Formats: sequence, C-alpha cells, structure tokens
Amino acid sequence: MYSEQVMNHFSSPRNVGIIENADGIGEVGNPVCGDMMTFYIKVEDEKIADVKYKTFGCVAAIAVSSKVSEMTKGKSLEEAKTLTKQAVAESLDGLPKEKMHCSNLGAQALNAAIKNYEDRKSGKPVSTIEAINKETTTVDAECCECQTSNPIEAKFCMNCGEGLGEKKDG
Amino acid sequence: MKNVYMDHASATPVHREVIEAMLPYFHEFFGNPSTVYDMGSKIKGVIEEQRAKVASLIGAKPNQIIFTSSGAEANNLAIKGVVFAKQKKGNHIIISSIEHHSVLNTARFFERMDYEVSLLPVDKQGLVDPDRLANAIRPETIMASIMHANNEIGTIEPVSELAAICRERGVIFHTDAVATVGNIPVNVNELNVDLLSLSGVSLGAPKGIGALYFRDKVRLMPLIHGGIQESGRRGGTENIPAIVGLGKASELASQGLADQMNHVEGLRNLLVAGIHERVDQIVETGHPDRRLPGHASFCAAAIEGEALIFMLNAEGICANTGSACASKALKTSPVLVAIGIPPDLAQGSIVFTLDSSNTVDEVEYVLDKFSFAVEKLRSLSPIWREQKAA
Repeated sequence: MYSEQVMNHFSSPRNVGIIENADGIGEVGNPVCGDMMTFYIKVEDEKIADVKYKTFGCVAAIAVSSKVSEMTKGKSLEEAKTLTKQAVAESLDGLPKEKMHCSNLGAQALNAAIKNYEDRKSGKPVSTIEAINKETTTVDAECCECQTSNPIEAKFCMNCGEGLGEKKDG
Repeated sequence: MKNVYMDHASATPVHREVIEAMLPYFHEFFGNPSTVYDMGSKIKGVIEEQRAKVASLIGAKPNQIIFTSSGAEANNLAIKGVVFAKQKKGNHIIISSIEHHSVLNTARFFERMDYEVSLLPVDKQGLVDPDRLANAIRPETIMASIMHANNEIGTIEPVSELAAICRERGVIFHTDAVATVGNIPVNVNELNVDLLSLSGVSLGAPKGIGALYFRDKVRLMPLIHGGIQESGRRGGTENIPAIVGLGKASELASQGLADQMNHVEGLRNLLVAGIHERVDQIVETGHPDRRLPGHASFCAAAIEGEALIFMLNAEGICANTGSACASKALKTSPVLVAIGIPPDLAQGSIVFTLDSSNTVDEVEYVLDKFSFAVEKLRSLSPIWREQKAA
C-alpha cells in the first residue's frame, strides 16, 4: 500500500518534537477529521534554522510531516513557502490517492508556521490556530448521474454503475 | 520475527482437512452437476451432502440452505430477494445502525428507489432495544434485518427476542450471522429467524463461499437469474470445491466448539486485563458480557488506528481498526459513531479477534508490542500533551 520511503519515514520519523520559544507555530487539521499537525520553526537570517513537529494521524500523515521537516530544514523562508503537496508526495515516491490530503496538510502546516512568524514580526494580531485549513478536501466521488456519494477509490458508481472518471486531487 | 494473527473476523485459515476434502473436485470429479450422466449426478449428490452438513450446523433442514458466493451475497439475496418478492406489501425496511456494509448499502439501494429505511439506534454497548424495533414496525414494513453479532465491537444482539416481535407482527426477520457461525452456537429455531446469512470466511472454509438459510414459506426473488441451480433460486454452475469446503468446515465447526470458546475467552480476558494494566486512557468498546468470546476491541486516546496497525504489522502482528484513515472512504466506522464514541477517540480504534490457534505466549507478545506502539505514537501526537495536562 505504501512506498518504502513512506514506511521508512513512518517508522523512524525525523525531527519530531517541540521547539520551546519557537519563532513560528502552525497548526492544521483536527483530531475529529483524523489528522492534525503542529509545526514549530526557529528562524535565523530568514532561513529555517530548525523545524520540529507533532502529528496525530495515519502512516501517511506522519511520513509527510517527517518529509516536510527534512525538505525545509535549512531552506530560506521564500523557498520553503513554495513547497507543494505534489513535491512532498513525489519525494516520498508517491502516496495512495486517498492520502493526498495528508500531503497537502504537511505543506499547509509548515506554511502556517511561516505565516505565524511573519505576522508576529510585523506586529499583526496572531491567532493560535491558523484558519488556513478552510480548503475542504473532498474524499467522496459523487456520481454525476444519480448524485450518490461513492468511496474515492470506486471507479464505477455503486448505485447506478455510471463511470466515475478521474477525480482531481483535493 | 514472530507472526501473530489476531484478525480472525477478517479471514480464517482454511483447515487442512477442508483443503483435502476439496481437492478431488478440481480435477477428478470436475463435472457439471446439471448433467445427467453418472459423473454429473454423483456430484449433484455431493452438493446435497454438503447442504445437509451446513444445515445441521445451524439446526436447519437441507432444503432451507442456498449456497452463495459470500456472506455479502447472502445478505443481498435475503434483503433484495424478500423486498422484490413482497413489493405489494409495502415499502418499509428496518435495519440497525451497526449493520455490515452489505446490509446497509443494500438498504440504501432501496432508499434510492423510494423505499423507506428505518435505522434503529443502538445503546453505548451496541445493543438494539426490542421496544424500538416494535415501535418502528408499520403496516407497510416488509422486513427487518439485524445482525447476530457485530464484527467490530463483538456485541451479540438479542436476536430471538427481536425475531419474535417481527414474527408476531407479520414482518420477515433476517439476521447476518457471519460473525457468529463457527464462533458460538447458532440455531435457527432458537433464534426464531426467517433468514440467516453465513460465510466461509469466518469458518475455516475458503473465501468465495457463503450460504443463506431461509424458512420454508419465505418467498425469495433470485438475484442471479439463470438455470435451476439451487432449486431455481440462484443461477450459475455451482462452485463445487468451495461448497465441499464449506460443508467440511461446517462439520468441523460443530465439533469442539465449547472447548474453542473457553480457550479464546481465556485469552481474550488475559489480553483485556493486560491492556488495561499497561495502557492509559483506553476504552473497551462493545458489551462487557454479551459479546463474542474471542473478540477484544478498544479505542485509545490521542492516536490514530491505521498508524497503530502498521506499527503492529512491523512486529508481525495482524489486527484491525475502524479508524477513518484506514477506510478507503476516509469515514469513521459507522459502528463506532452509532455507539456514541466521539470522532477523535474513534480514530484510535483497534480490534483483536482470536481463534483456537492463538496462545498465551502470543497474547504476551502482543501486549508488549501494543503498549510500546501506543506509547511511541503518543510521543508523536500533539493532542496527547494536552490530554496529559488535562
């Protein structure tokens, strides 16, 4: 089901933990949805000097957190901001379709931490939980014929048999 | 590395004797039972012998058994077969809110065809309240389908009581007994049911075979139209080796059931006690007494079940979870929702199902690895810190 890369990062996740007095903290997701990530960054010369995280979630969520920390440690903030869910998924040698939202969550959590740092620096009011997780991730494939919602992996509607086609990733 | 299999609700190994019994029917006695020459009629006879064995396991008569391709097909045949046959009576179906997908989605199929479906709630231990069933019955109710035991939380429903209510009100009663047949004694007359589904998967028979019991006067519309196989109730050339496998497995299942139940119940109690001793903030799901003897199910706070399963997998342990992340649809198990487990706690679902092959050593091994895995995942979890503080 998962690539070796994913299993490797899951069984020995890198950079786990909390940074006391972090310069930026980003939190996305919530336990009710099944995934939640909290990223902490230490910034020096507009670079990510250190990054740590805590993650509640599945194998993919943990592996993604680990990979995101590895990919962005030492990078400039501008560079880190351009990290996409595709880049994360690719460097993990792919993720199952229904787990792509985990990849998205990782990039979002890091971006939230960067935004939190920038807001603090510019003196903007800072909310503890960034509300950038608004972008809802669709996990159902709705049939265009009968509007029945099907599991995302279904290729044909389980009600009327209509082809469900390729879904774009959330 | 050890190999510890504790997911017998998902599949059971096929018994050696069952494999031996099946083998001649692939190559030596391969004929089509619908043919009239000796080989055909001999095989027809073999099918009838198996039907008698399956019937005997559940206290039924041989002519009350239809072989199907799975428990899911048996559930589909029971509901679609009855509802289509009794369209004139009405448009109302009753099921519980913890049914297997093959019952739930079949009911949903009728809902989209303008039938009405009542989903009976269950209490926190997973039990259906007979009074609620009685209140849900209307003049247009065709049938009710309530499972014998739930495979995720192990709760055994008061089926005979529920069936009696339906019998009195002229409503056909079906029970999905896939989780119970082979694990506890099941008798269709004691249960008082009109239809009952079973599967080879939980019986030490091969996958791809199941059966539906139906009481004599129940009318059933076939799902598969074709020849007169299964007395015209299911077309298609019979899967002889699998039918022989189910017959043999049924024969074996009736022997030594009491010993098996004692064995797995002892192990289960050991597992449950050990987990409570070693793991903090973990709740048992299902009913404490009215439950399958080899079934232990929990929800652990602040962790996610799929990650837990993969950690156990790395130690050679097979177990299951109802976590949303482990389901392809990314939805929390409807069973855990129905028993009122909060969605965040439901993520930490874990299910162990034991059988007679499991040992005390294996339980000890699982306890070690399980408590370690929970600890490790909690050390990664941002919400564990909050829960500890609270």
